[in-house]
Amino acid sequence: MSNWQVQRVAFSTIVVKEVRRFMRIWQQTLLPPAITMTLYFVIFGNLIGSRIGEMGGVDYMAFIVPGLIMMSVITNAYGNVASSFFSNKFQRSVEEMMVAPVHPLTILFGFVAGGVTRGVLVGLIVTLLSLWFTDLAINNIWVVISVILMSAIVFALGGFINAIFATKFDDISIIPTFVITPLTYLGGVFYSIDLLPEFWRAVSALNPILYLVNTFRYGVLGVSDVNILHAYVMLIGFIVALTAICVWLIRRGVGMRQ
Amino acid sequence: MTPALEVSSLRKVYANGFEALKSIDLSVAQGDFFALLGPNGAGKSTTLGIVSGLVQKTSGAARIMGFDVNRELYEARRRLGVVPQEFNFNQFEKVQDIVTTQAGYFGLRAVDARERTAELLKALDLWDKREQPARMLSGGMKRRLMIARALVHRPEVLILDEPTAGVDIELRRSMWRFMQELNREGVTIVLTTHYLEEAEQLCRNIAIINQGDIIQSTSTRELLSTLHTETFVLDLTAPLQQVPQLPGYEVVQSASDGLEVTVEKGQDLNALFQVLSEHQVLVRSMRTKSNRLEELFVHLVQEGRA
Repeated sequence: MSNWQVQRVAFSTIVVKEVRRFMRIWQQTLLPPAITMTLYFVIFGNLIGSRIGEMGGVDYMAFIVPGLIMMSVITNAYGNVASSFFSNKFQRSVEEMMVAPVHPLTILFGFVAGGVTRGVLVGLIVTLLSLWFTDLAINNIWVVISVILMSAIVFALGGFINAIFATKFDDISIIPTFVITPLTYLGGVFYSIDLLPEFWRAVSALNPILYLVNTFRYGVLGVSDVNILHAYVMLIGFIVALTAICVWLIRRGVGMRQ
Repeated sequence: MTPALEVSSLRKVYANGFEALKSIDLSVAQGDFFALLGPNGAGKSTTLGIVSGLVQKTSGAARIMGFDVNRELYEARRRLGVVPQEFNFNQFEKVQDIVTTQAGYFGLRAVDARERTAELLKALDLWDKREQPARMLSGGMKRRLMIARALVHRPEVLILDEPTAGVDIELRRSMWRFMQELNREGVTIVLTTHYLEEAEQLCRNIAIINQGDIIQSTSTRELLSTLHTETFVLDLTAPLQQVPQLPGYEVVQSASDGLEVTVEKGQDLNALFQVLSEHQVLVRSMRTKSNRLEELFVHLVQEGRA
């Protein structure tokens, strides 16, 4: 059997294992985002949104849906890889891969694919729930698919790096709590940055999540606060840089080998 | 013939400055049943960790069936199975999923993986537990699960780090039989153990490692032949009135109806029994006072510390 075939089988093994893991604990992985997002739709969309009227030229409920879908995708892609890979380290089952002829890239891609699968699945669940509250007409399906997949990949890679450096379970919640959540809330999920004073608009332009949310919103609604080309360049840059960092860390055995 | 496992000038210094291995050399022939012995912290697990890719060496080389574990790691790893000392599987996964997943890491297709998993779980008496999460297994079953997992890709060399630690005697003996059967089928077995009786009974060759150095590497028979004396415990048919004088033997009364007799290498036991009969001392049963290898091991390790 060629090394390529071994890597192909090993990759699909990791993906199946990851999907089996998050499906087995669906009450912890799929249900909470569905409940949280439904509350957002009811409170911010229906109750408060009906008093706001329009935002960025569209109905407020329709305005917040793309941002909430994107928020679900990135937090779940990140959380899946961070918790699963750290759990593998914690239980030392990561050694099962380390004693096998599995290439570092295969390990990385397998976990990232698992994270992306959960992110996209949660995104689909949230999208279906949003249809109870508003009508969604897709403006550009290719933008929708590409930006969701690329964003999920970036955050899954981030989750992997977090898990490599984590030494206890608390360490995998620090970045989501203190970095991802604030940047998401300030990333134009609930408002258009046109509402902000010029200074804060300039500050917001430094937030990478603003680009993801707005590019996805462009794919769905056809409206955006940013140039979507900037978002694609940024996403590709992040994917290349984070992949390189992950491979370097795995090869050096950081957090895994003594 | 290419050695199954070869280690040359292998050195490991941990980040805290501790030198766990001081440039060791070791060679295990194909088909051998080999024991790596040593006290806690001697460097056994570090050596096996480097060979299996879990520990990074500082310098030197390690080869499996001639393949360098760093430069030709894919070829080397395909030929190696590892049973670690600590349980290192996901406790929440089902028993059969743990083995089939490991098969996938070695490139076995799903159908072949399921077939091989069934074969191994049956051979190791785990088939009835296949649907249970691993955390539900007893300690002995978990050890057998790790053996099944290590064998799933049919390795040519199997490393077992303390495979029978904490396992009851009956199960330990059934695991010995399983390992001997594997060895007869051509699998080279390298084990570390604290049960020196295990090494004496199973292994053809032994290396003793102490403070990061290999202090002895030879055949079990040759190693045991370096022992100069052996002490036997004799249970007698009746209590002794006084300790008999047995010229040429060191005799100590261990109980009212028991004697400990130290016999030097070259002395035969028939002569001992003849002298005992002359003194009207009748022996009901006899056993060695301690494991011979254990005596030698303690002697060598203490000598190394001196």
